[in-house]
Amino acid sequence: MSELFPRKQVMGFVFSLVLTAAALTVYFLDVSFTVGITILLATAFVQAAVQLVGFMHVGENEDKTMIYMNIYYGLAIALFTIFGTLLIMVWDM
Amino acid sequence: MDYFDRFAIPHPSPAIYASMVAIGLTMIAIVIGLTYFKKWGYLWSEWLTTVDHKRIGIMYLISALLMLFRGGVDALMMRAQTAVPDNKLLDAQHYNEVFTTHGVVMIIFMAMPFIYALMNLVVPLQIGARDVAFPRLNALSFWLFFMGAMLFNISFVIGGSPDAGWTSYFPLAGNDFSQSVGTNYYLIAIQIAGIGTLISGINFIATIFKMRAPGMKLMKMPMFTWTALITNAIVVFAFPVLTITLLLGTMDRLFGTHIFSMTNGGMDMLWANLFWVWGHPEVYILVLPAFGIYSEVISTFSRRNLYGYKSMVASIVIISFMSFLVWMHHFFTMGQGPLSNSIFSITTMAIAIPTGIKIFNWLLTMRKGKIEFTVPMLYSVGFIPIFTIGGVTGVMLGMASADYQYHNTMFLVAHFHYTIIPGVVFAMLAGLTYWWPKMFGFMLNERIGKWAFWFVAIGFNVTFFPMFFTGLDGQARRMYTYSEATGFGPLNMLSFAGAIGLAIGFALIVYNVYYSTRHASRDIGSDPWNARTLEWATQTPVQSYNFARTPQVDSIEAFWDYKKNGKPLFKGEIEKIHMPNNSGMPFIMSCIFFVWGFSLVFSMWIPAIITTIAIFACLAHRSFEKDDGHYVSVEEIEATEKDWEVLADENR
Ligand code: HEM
Ligand SMILES: [Cu+2]
Repeated sequence: MSELFPRKQVMGFVFSLVLTAAALTVYFLDVSFTVGITILLATAFVQAAVQLVGFMHVGENEDKTMIYMNIYYGLAIALFTIFGTLLIMVWDM
Repeated sequence: MDYFDRFAIPHPSPAIYASMVAIGLTMIAIVIGLTYFKKWGYLWSEWLTTVDHKRIGIMYLISALLMLFRGGVDALMMRAQTAVPDNKLLDAQHYNEVFTTHGVVMIIFMAMPFIYALMNLVVPLQIGARDVAFPRLNALSFWLFFMGAMLFNISFVIGGSPDAGWTSYFPLAGNDFSQSVGTNYYLIAIQIAGIGTLISGINFIATIFKMRAPGMKLMKMPMFTWTALITNAIVVFAFPVLTITLLLGTMDRLFGTHIFSMTNGGMDMLWANLFWVWGHPEVYILVLPAFGIYSEVISTFSRRNLYGYKSMVASIVIISFMSFLVWMHHFFTMGQGPLSNSIFSITTMAIAIPTGIKIFNWLLTMRKGKIEFTVPMLYSVGFIPIFTIGGVTGVMLGMASADYQYHNTMFLVAHFHYTIIPGVVFAMLAGLTYWWPKMFGFMLNERIGKWAFWFVAIGFNVTFFPMFFTGLDGQARRMYTYSEATGFGPLNMLSFAGAIGLAIGFALIVYNVYYSTRHASRDIGSDPWNARTLEWATQTPVQSYNFARTPQVDSIEAFWDYKKNGKPLFKGEIEKIHMPNNSGMPFIMSCIFFVWGFSLVFSMWIPAIITTIAIFACLAHRSFEKDDGHYVSVEEIEATEKDWEVLADENR
């Protein structure tokens, strides 16, 4: 019986609902801009991870290491680009 | 008639009217020719609808050569204008348009299709595959690129060319300072071509990861395939940035947003920043395939295996990552503080290290080799010193404080031509000559080829070396003229002379194609260069299915092992082969994209909306279409393969 019940998927679903609700609070609660953006960013990233692992099965494939490497590579480039841009355009202007 | 006023050219000149007439006449001639020789059906069924990677490669090749011609004419016009002080050949406005289209055409519409031409032709063969992973998408990529290129090229006769430089910096490129539709053409044509490139990127990564012959581990792939893989990885990471940047620019110009404007909360420098986030990786997209071609050519004609395979792979992987970390070196002088300038200075200088490793590897490959100076080898050997000059001046530019002196002078122009011409043009000519027999079944004449090489190599240096000096003396780039008192005259005249030499070189290459088509021997076997990789283990010209039986690989140079040690490449029985069907959809959809782009350029909303819907209709059609491809039967394969040496060899 326990094999038949998609435990992981249901948990993932519940978790993604929780994350959505958490992101929604930013709208209803009266928080400052910085706090709001921080919550949004954090929930967005966790949400993406939940989707990738829970529903897109990144880890359940023979190419697992390749896929993870690509994700890390992409993340590294994205973070460098974003923080580099912030540095150039805002912090160091 | 008011409606049609928008299509008029804002700055007409006799030369433009003459080209209008020429374009019109050429189109009429093509239509009449096709009708007269009854070639419409052939054109449609063999080319416009093809999904065969080799044919798509040839179409990329032809387009790239056409665009090389167009960009080359622009270049000659610029050099002619600046050959003497206070020249009146072109006025300031025309000069702006010419250098803008020259840059865009050469990078986006010449270098990119040339690279994809060779990747299409060679990669599936090198990995022992029958086609790319998604053949129909591949056709779509080509046609999107082609329609983008055509859209860009009609700008100068309908509505006016872009004139804000190939970098098209806002706010200059915004509506306030560039009123003609030229920049709309820039934004939308590159957008369409860029979508094609992004699709190719995904397609080739999938192909190389999933379709290698049995036994070909990643570390057993030929070097050109490695560089193709990494290049496409950079494409997939860099082109989305371009897509968004162009989109934001389009929003500003067509829909009145203020993203890159100086007022209303816009960030006026953000375009430069985003453009180079794509732009610097782009220059490595251009140069990496060249590295792959040189590796193949140098190892073939030194009769040695490539020195330091692993370090080669490592250095291209490192280059691909680092190419994303240096973009700010293109605007050191924009006004940010010393902290960011220092960080990006250091990353910029560091990227020269992996590039240097590769130079040493090629040199060591040639060491003690039996070198044979064929035309491809001449280009490869010529590349090494010339590219080194480009790299060294790059490191000079990379020092932020020194760059205040060099930035936007002819010194910069000399630098990037010293990297791009050996790094793209030489490589493409080497690759073209090297793979020509595989594509067309005969070889290009070596003697004419060598003459062409010397004209190109010497012409190139005579054109661009003087720019280092005039640049250091203060000649700014993109200036349409200068006064006699500056003293730039003689060196610019020398540059012009060099440009003529280059033009002669290219004319010789065209003549060589003509000459060899008529006179070259067709009896060259399937491996005329005595090469080492799998693409030479096919028939010449290659069958539509490439390999009758999939090759079995267990070393980096499987074909060489087969030839030297008799290790069998093909095992087992011939089986029927599954191949994709041709399809007209990619072509039709791209034509719709063309109309869509044209409507957006002129803000004609009704056709824009209709074509947008039509594009989605094409996508929907594809989702519901059932197309299982077709089989080539065993009898047919056996009939085509029976006289062929490799197979015959094995059956002995
Ligand atoms: C050793 C490696 C290299 C270094 C350190 C380097 C450094 C630089 C720097 C600092 C600039 C900006 C200078 C300025 O605007 O004042 C520049 C411009 C440029 N480089 Fe390089 N570069 C290198 C290799 C390459 C390669 C391999 C290519 C192309 C295949 C290339 C193509 C260009 C282009 C197209 C520009 C100018 C674009 C423009 O402003 O229109 N560079 N390079
Ligand atoms: Cu750069």
